[in-house]
Amino acid sequence: MDVTPSAAGPVVRLIEEFHKLPGVGPKSAQRLTYYLLRAPQEEARALAEAILEVKEKITFCSTCQNVTDRDPCLICANPARDPSLICVVEEPLDILALERTRSYDGLYHVLNGVISPMDGVGPEHLKVEELLARLKGGAVQEVILATNPNLEGEATAMYLSRLLRPLGVRVTRLARGLPSGADLEYADDLTLTRALEGRQEMD
Amino acid sequence: MTTPRIYKTEAIVLRQRKLGEAGKIVTLYTPNYGKLDAVAKGVRRPKSRLGGHLEVLTHTAVMLAQGRNLDVVTQAQAMESFAPLRADLHRLSRALYAAELVDRFSPEGAEGYHVFQLLLATLRRLTTAKNADTVLRHLEMQLLSLAGFQPQLARCVSCQRALAATPNYFSPAAGGVLCPSCGQEAGGARPLSLNALKVMRLLQGGSFAEVSRVRMGPALAQEVEMHLRVYVIHMLERDVRSAAFIDRLRREGFWEPVGVSG
Repeated sequence: MDVTPSAAGPVVRLIEEFHKLPGVGPKSAQRLTYYLLRAPQEEARALAEAILEVKEKITFCSTCQNVTDRDPCLICANPARDPSLICVVEEPLDILALERTRSYDGLYHVLNGVISPMDGVGPEHLKVEELLARLKGGAVQEVILATNPNLEGEATAMYLSRLLRPLGVRVTRLARGLPSGADLEYADDLTLTRALEGRQEMD
Repeated sequence: MTTPRIYKTEAIVLRQRKLGEAGKIVTLYTPNYGKLDAVAKGVRRPKSRLGGHLEVLTHTAVMLAQGRNLDVVTQAQAMESFAPLRADLHRLSRALYAAELVDRFSPEGAEGYHVFQLLLATLRRLTTAKNADTVLRHLEMQLLSLAGFQPQLARCVSCQRALAATPNYFSPAAGGVLCPSCGQEAGGARPLSLNALKVMRLLQGGSFAEVSRVRMGPALAQEVEMHLRVYVIHMLERDVRSAAFIDRLRREGFWEPVGVSG
């Protein structure tokens, strides 16, 4: 990377490290570095420790494959959650979004990716075996496929659905329709078709 | 080619990759500007007005503004979204293969009217055709011709003599068919049955209507597929990744295949 050649070695090094982060361009990397240079010692130490702690303490939950600092994770270990319900998501971040709704009390399963044939990512690269293992006990009654409603997410959902249904478990898919606050005129045909199909009685 | 600052075109979306917080870079195939990458801002947000119109494998009308680096999609309206492709994993896997093949064979910015029409026809055929694999074989052979990699199927590429109505050899490295005596000596040449040669000639010279009338048994279909795949990989000098997914679906076989024997 082309940074100010006159800057001191450690400064250049930190700029380069920041530059590796997603969404951080060369200018942002410089700004972050010079901010930390002027920040109090404790603040810099706290950041460095937080980064190390995340890498040292965080692992994947052996049950749901979510990121966690204990195994099983807080959600899997919570007796108040319904163990007959598993919601399958692509990434740990999707769990955060679903938890924000406060309207789901089942468990999760993180695939850690999505089937993407053009990128060479197949089912064997995802946590599919682990999902099948969880269904073996027979306690799970419903699997909700909550992959993204785009091409790869749909392909993954279709693949999993065909794989899971012979096991006698109910397989459902998140509904697809219009987002709240949207304009009908900008909706694409696929979304509108699904919204029409999924219409509901007013009460 | 000089393009105006803001221009409209129809396009087929070949590929997407994430960009920044909520954006994507979409790879479009257009009739006049060939293959091009464009930035679609905010399409990963649920309320995006563009997102649904720029899904992979959508035939869409777009308005683009020239950017410093990549052009930016300012408006998009889906024209055909090929819904049956998205509802059937077998058809979908083949459509993705078609898109990847066009992507790999197309240098950025080269004009591509014929390739565009071929891809559009292929996607339409894949939504309805009884035999999706024949659609792909036709695409492969036609695309090879358009890209300048047409295999020589009329006579032996080595000794130039006309081919007899016997089993011959096919060699990607030699660029086509070898007669029995030349083929035996050439490394990397695989046996080619007479029926496979006839099918490949038809795929090269015939219209899709003619090709789709041919009834191929599983063994013959498999032979033609193998020869074309090896040839395509040889010309691209790399794997076609989506082929692995098609193979996997076949192998797992828990799905009704789309007419393997037509």
